[in-house]
Amino acid sequence: MSDLRDLYQEVILDHHKRPRNFRRIENANRQADGYNPLCGDKISVYMRLENGVLADIAFIGTGCAISTASASMMTEHLKGKTEAEARIVFDQFHRLVTNHSGGPEFADIGKLAVFSGVREYPVRVKCATLAWHTMHAALNQKAETVATE
Amino acid sequence: MTAGTGKDTARPELAYDVSSIREDFPIFREPVNGRSLVYLDNAATTQKPQSVIDAVTRFYTRECANIHRGVHYLSERATESYENSRSKIRRFINANSLQEVVFVRGTTEAVNLVAQTYGRTHVGAGDEIVISAMEHHSNIVPWQLLCEEKNARIRTVPITRTGEFMLDEYRELLGPKTRLVAVTHISNALGTINPVQEIIRLAHERNIPVLLDAAQAVQHVPIDVQALDCDFLAFSGHKMYGPTGIGVLYGKENLLEEMPPYQGGGDMISYVTFEKTLYNRLPYKFEAGTPNVAGGIGLGAAVDYLESIGLENIRAHEHDLMKYGTMELWTLDELTIIGTAREKASVLSFIIEGIHPHDIGTILDKEGVAIRTGHHCAQPVMDFFHTPATARASLGLYNTREDIQALVHGLRKVKEVFR
Ligand SMILES: Cc1ncc(COP(=O)(O)O)c(C=O)c1O
Repeated sequence: MSDLRDLYQEVILDHHKRPRNFRRIENANRQADGYNPLCGDKISVYMRLENGVLADIAFIGTGCAISTASASMMTEHLKGKTEAEARIVFDQFHRLVTNHSGGPEFADIGKLAVFSGVREYPVRVKCATLAWHTMHAALNQKAETVATE
Repeated sequence: MTAGTGKDTARPELAYDVSSIREDFPIFREPVNGRSLVYLDNAATTQKPQSVIDAVTRFYTRECANIHRGVHYLSERATESYENSRSKIRRFINANSLQEVVFVRGTTEAVNLVAQTYGRTHVGAGDEIVISAMEHHSNIVPWQLLCEEKNARIRTVPITRTGEFMLDEYRELLGPKTRLVAVTHISNALGTINPVQEIIRLAHERNIPVLLDAAQAVQHVPIDVQALDCDFLAFSGHKMYGPTGIGVLYGKENLLEEMPPYQGGGDMISYVTFEKTLYNRLPYKFEAGTPNVAGGIGLGAAVDYLESIGLENIRAHEHDLMKYGTMELWTLDELTIIGTAREKASVLSFIIEGIHPHDIGTILDKEGVAIRTGHHCAQPVMDFFHTPATARASLGLYNTREDIQALVHGLRKVKEVFR
């Protein structure tokens, strides 16, 4: 059970049950959809980018606990960040869930560190990164749906 | 077969001794996540008995040669083993002749073969192919490709809320434009056993041929293609305790005879000049190139294995286990079984309110219980039940009540984590 708790940490379960920023943004100026064909997870990420700053970011969709919590915590973390900062966190998060080395480079990702447990579950990495890839696509204003396959 | 020891008095007389059966499968000696394996993903693929593994190994160690071409000893021996498997399979499904047993890569290739040969020569603009709403993608997409090319269309027989094939609606769909009916014998996502005898009878009243996808049937129920009178039957070796990469297309001889070849190459010809090629006789006309010889031989061993236990015994054992599993799953609140047809085999597909199947799968895996989660290559079925995915436990001949108990125990853990 203890090792399962590394993956399903309380914070993750909490965000799964009560996802934050779970809504559409009516006046969004960036938006992208993500889809994981393996498990049927779907997500739409909305942003309002003002002078290079993420004034608002939100999402809707259906997914497993890992993907929902990841999306929820991503929106909390990125709100108020600049576009450039968001890109850096995207990169760090990606390495956090795939890379076994860890280290001080992850110092500034704060609560997102709870996702490090995902490393031990290679098939779940896509769940954790779906929201992030979708966010990245929105930043790049890619119109098409991103798929984690 | 010997009866079970019957320690548990509530248990009906077992059809065979499962514990000795389990010893035939070396995988059960391998620990997974530090525990002995509880394998409930048999609809995806089954584990292999030692006799199948040995047959494949024997070919590579002692008989390896190409078939149908060498005059030398080994080639003759390999050819004999391979063709011997074909006769075992003929007997297993009671085909009328060896010509009707075509080796392919699996169910997917068998369906594509029929779509690309029979389909392309019989389906034209405005024609219709009837399938059901519970098909695996491999019995949908080949027909879509054909229909796109020919400007034909697919008609879909609906299913009920319990996951049953709707016979009346099916009868209505059959018409003068129907060129083929292609339906699954047993659904991989729901476990429904379809009324195939009636499906075939109704189609034949209108002279429409029927293809049965038996990928989830051959390992669970006895099949007699002549009694069924199906025109084509497709199945995969790896789901019936045989090797991957080998499967069978059964087709009635008169139909196969008039169909053009599927692929061109060696073995499928009898005479070639640059102007004209004479095709080989059946079934070789459809077996271009060097086949999966080891796989074919292994599949023969799998048939021997299944017959040594007996399909009727397997059906009885799995049926008892499925009933037990259904009752056990019902004890969990917020769990809904998807697919509750009256006639079912092997499959227990379910969802738990508020918990995604993927999370269920990961936690069960930690408990050493292997199930499948996802859409099971049957997205239309998922759409019908308004769920992106289900968790699916599927039973095989070696599963026990202890496996079901491990599943239920694991599901209680899941609920604990998500409480
Ligand atoms: C009902 C059904 N049809 C077809 C297939 C495809 O079989 P294969 O992948 O072996 O070609 C499967 C396997 O998942 C199946 O369950």
